[in-house]
Amino acid sequence: MAQELLWIFISALLINNFTLAYFLGICPFLGVSNKLDTAMRLGLANIFVMIITALAAWALNTFVLIYAPYLRLISFIIVIASTVQFVEMAIKKWSPELFKALGIFLPLITTNCAILGIALFATNKGYGLIEGIVYALGAGGGMTLALVLMAGIREETRVLDIPDVMKGTALSLIVAGILSMAFMGFAGMFSAA
Amino acid sequence: MNTPDGHWDVFVKGLWKENPVFVAVLGMCPTLAVTNTAINSLAMGAATLFVLFFSSLLVSLLRKVIAKQVRITTYIVIIATFVSLVDMLLAALVPDIHKELGAFIALIVVNCVILGRQEAFAASNRVGPALLDAAGMGVGFSMALLMIGVVRELLGNGSLFDIPVFGSSFEPWIVMILPPGGFFTLGFLLLIFNTVARRRATRSSIVTKA
Repeated sequence: MAQELLWIFISALLINNFTLAYFLGICPFLGVSNKLDTAMRLGLANIFVMIITALAAWALNTFVLIYAPYLRLISFIIVIASTVQFVEMAIKKWSPELFKALGIFLPLITTNCAILGIALFATNKGYGLIEGIVYALGAGGGMTLALVLMAGIREETRVLDIPDVMKGTALSLIVAGILSMAFMGFAGMFSAA
Repeated sequence: MNTPDGHWDVFVKGLWKENPVFVAVLGMCPTLAVTNTAINSLAMGAATLFVLFFSSLLVSLLRKVIAKQVRITTYIVIIATFVSLVDMLLAALVPDIHKELGAFIALIVVNCVILGRQEAFAASNRVGPALLDAAGMGVGFSMALLMIGVVRELLGNGSLFDIPVFGSSFEPWIVMILPPGGFFTLGFLLLIFNTVARRRATRSSIVTKA
């Protein structure tokens, strides 16, 4: 059991990295990743929302959707968005410091495809409650890792002499491609063992 | 807006000037995730076009009824309904492609291109222009997807729509159909797009000066 959970975690963190292998959450990856500090906080907020989503998805799957599977998409979207909103209000009341640290990112993340992605993938793979949470931790951690790496690289590229047409998204995408290639190497880590 | 010219503009701007992929850089997940073959790109483009078209129709028809405070939620529910529909349609008509696209069909819901068009255009325009706008954006999006898909399949598999093009002596660049290839292809296409757009801009500014 423990080994299985570890496998789920590592797989979501490195091998099937949400950003670099599944292309989920690319918008913040390209948009917000120009400062290390912001990237870090966005990543943390991401992990947080993902865990809540995994919980919500599990509850919906077990209690509601066995009766009406065709409502899956609509109910996921609505429940996730409102849960995050609710949790945001709760945090604001009980822990202003945490609220300040997560800041604007919390509501923004709700519309991120990675969040719906984690609910859908966890459902497709038939994960239970604990597996779902571990999966969310791994996926969120993987996104944070990708964001922070990208932010670090972009801080470096700012001082480089780059042709004008290359600046901005084009460069980010090519950097992301190289990062993604590097992450593909992790796939060999387990098949060899 | 009422001249035929105006209508044409509404349609055409999605193809080039405001292309959702190359200019606005929106809707990146499907753009990169499912474009490993031309046929997948085409299916994804068509599915997105369908959802965008009918969501715009409904949002435009209901624009006076939807309360401002809950508009985003309403759009999402409308979009999610059509996505569920497309999901079931594809599963029934082309089960192979549906299997390959997997969860990415469902993820059309969070494609920012669709929500963006509802908020920016359909919610404040009559049905006719709204549909033209949706069609233009949808076709522009599909076109971009198809371009990426064609490049990736040609280089990564040596084929086009599953028909071999280069013959047996061609060594496929496997990396192009894997995730990094998606990033590279879009990166280089953006580069070409930027260069062309810039050259056009310089030329037109010279013309206006003269």
